[in-house]
Amino acid sequence: MKQLFKSIWVWLDDRIGISVLLKPMKHIAPQDAKWWYVFGTATLIAFIVQVASGVALAFSFIPSSSQAYETLVFITNDAPFGSFLRGLHYYGASAMVLMVGAHMAQTFLFGAYKFPREMTWTTGVLLLGFTLAMGFTGQLLRWDQTAAWSVVVAAEQAGRVPLIGPWLAHFILGGNTIGGATLSRFFAIHVFVLPAVMFGFIGLHLWLVLRHGISEPPTAGKPVNPETYRREYDELLKKSGRPFWPDLAWRDVIVCTGLIVAIALLAHFIGPPALDKPPDPSVLDADPRPDWYLLWYFALLALIPNRIEGYFMILGPVLIGLLLLIIPVLNHKGERAASRRPWAIAVVCLSVIMIGSLWIEGQQSPWSPNFQALPLTEKVIGATSGPVFEGALLFHDKACLNCHLIQGHGGRRGPDLTYIADKLTHDNMVIRIVNGGNNMPAFGSSLKPQELDALVAFLESCKRPIRPQDQGPMARK
Amino acid sequence: MNENTADHSSLGIEAPEEITRRRFFEKLSITLTSFCAAVVGVPLIGFIIAPLFRKPPAKWVTLGKVNEFQIGKTVSVTVIDSSSLPWAGVTAKSAIWLRRESETSFIAFSANCTHLGCPVRWLEGAELFMCPCHGGVYYYDGSVAAGPPPLPLFRYNVRVENGEVKMNPVVVPITTTS
Repeated sequence: MKQLFKSIWVWLDDRIGISVLLKPMKHIAPQDAKWWYVFGTATLIAFIVQVASGVALAFSFIPSSSQAYETLVFITNDAPFGSFLRGLHYYGASAMVLMVGAHMAQTFLFGAYKFPREMTWTTGVLLLGFTLAMGFTGQLLRWDQTAAWSVVVAAEQAGRVPLIGPWLAHFILGGNTIGGATLSRFFAIHVFVLPAVMFGFIGLHLWLVLRHGISEPPTAGKPVNPETYRREYDELLKKSGRPFWPDLAWRDVIVCTGLIVAIALLAHFIGPPALDKPPDPSVLDADPRPDWYLLWYFALLALIPNRIEGYFMILGPVLIGLLLLIIPVLNHKGERAASRRPWAIAVVCLSVIMIGSLWIEGQQSPWSPNFQALPLTEKVIGATSGPVFEGALLFHDKACLNCHLIQGHGGRRGPDLTYIADKLTHDNMVIRIVNGGNNMPAFGSSLKPQELDALVAFLESCKRPIRPQDQGPMARK
Repeated sequence: MNENTADHSSLGIEAPEEITRRRFFEKLSITLTSFCAAVVGVPLIGFIIAPLFRKPPAKWVTLGKVNEFQIGKTVSVTVIDSSSLPWAGVTAKSAIWLRRESETSFIAFSANCTHLGCPVRWLEGAELFMCPCHGGVYYYDGSVAAGPPPLPLFRYNVRVENGEVKMNPVVVPITTTS
């Protein structure tokens, strides 16, 4: 029997050339390429998880504006393993974004983008862009209320592109507004166009890895010299190189196994992101937010000064993309070790801190009004009748509470007014309320004089309580 | 063929018949390939970008009877896109904010914030529109009160006809940098 199987294998291998196809797996790589080098494989594995789970989901998903939401409800609630598969696809996407980011940071810190691997880096940068585009279009296929409004946000952003902006916006919407043509466009882009492009670029990226070899870990004081590098690299491989499979690949296998187990555990125990309301654009009670990997950009658009926002919205991503693409052109030789390139460490650290900080801000969204703010209680107001009480009611009814905090209740869009009476005089309060200013609307035309008086009376009651130790000796007696 | 080339060479004349023939086939192949690509590609691209050229229908949409709206009040009105595709489902619906200014005057505001298109909400007590995304605020007349919106709320054309309030078709107003 064993002989029979061997004969079949020999025949198939001869006719198909399986051994030849797998030969690159055994290419010789530097033996010091250890745990830092696993992120590329992990990204590839996450991509494969995405392809597999995406194909499975496509068996039940109908890319129709009228039916997609119902099919997602079915997949999530009724289809066997449907919720798990959706979770797998969601956490797989998250893993892919994280791994591609880690892979890029490691490549940058190790100076692996330098000669002769400039184009390996460039194709990697493009793959990062395609990954983020896949993430965004994938969020839209979760055809709920957030997805539908996110399409509008995408169209509005595209509309800021000079000259061709309105065309791009209508291309994204599939017409003049959201409708039957919108979802199927994103389905085609997410399921056919982008994956096809990614398959091509992943193939090119891997080919370049094989062509130029896996970069050896950098050594301080050993700069890259394009004239001698290839000869030195070949000598290194002859001297101490190891076949990638299996001598080095086992680390990749262990990390990828851990990654898949983590994705599966998250999909099983936490599950996929909950579906929002149906994608009905006539329901205006919506609060669209991007998925976590684009939340930092959402926050950036809220915090950037208004006067430069229009330009930044378009030029920012373009400039960042161009900068990443031309890094190897600007810096293709010299030291690779991070210890000799402190600016490289600073760039990575600052990027992580910036994205992390913006992400936290995006989570809290302090610039958004709090539409769920309930009227202040009598305990918070400190009165049950009179101008202070009426002013507190007005503070809610006039939407002041949507933007300001009083003893922890309300919104954070404007300053905390819990102790505002300690900072502003009666006249200053009146001026501020009537005229507005500094990101606050003017209420002069919408408040009657007695309402204004009541509102100011309430705000004048918002002061720090006087403690006995703050009082003079006479008062304490 | 080789003999011909040899003959020409022996006469000292440059007559690369073989190269000409090769170039002919090369050009023929490139031309035919380009033709095939155009035959398939032009309709394909035309199909994909067709929505860019789709004009909104000229038909006016009825929002309701005039007496259904109170003077000084702003309400949301659901509008059905008459040009929507049959499979649009709920996405054929959209909403606008309609304000009755006087007996005969109405303002139809787009519900899209001019910052990034998120749906603005009307807060009756404050007489403000507020955007949940980045905190844009507009006054009752649609002018910017606070936050990042670069423009007032977009206004649709609206008219009163035969006791009905009508507006031109719903489109998502695209804010541009220009």
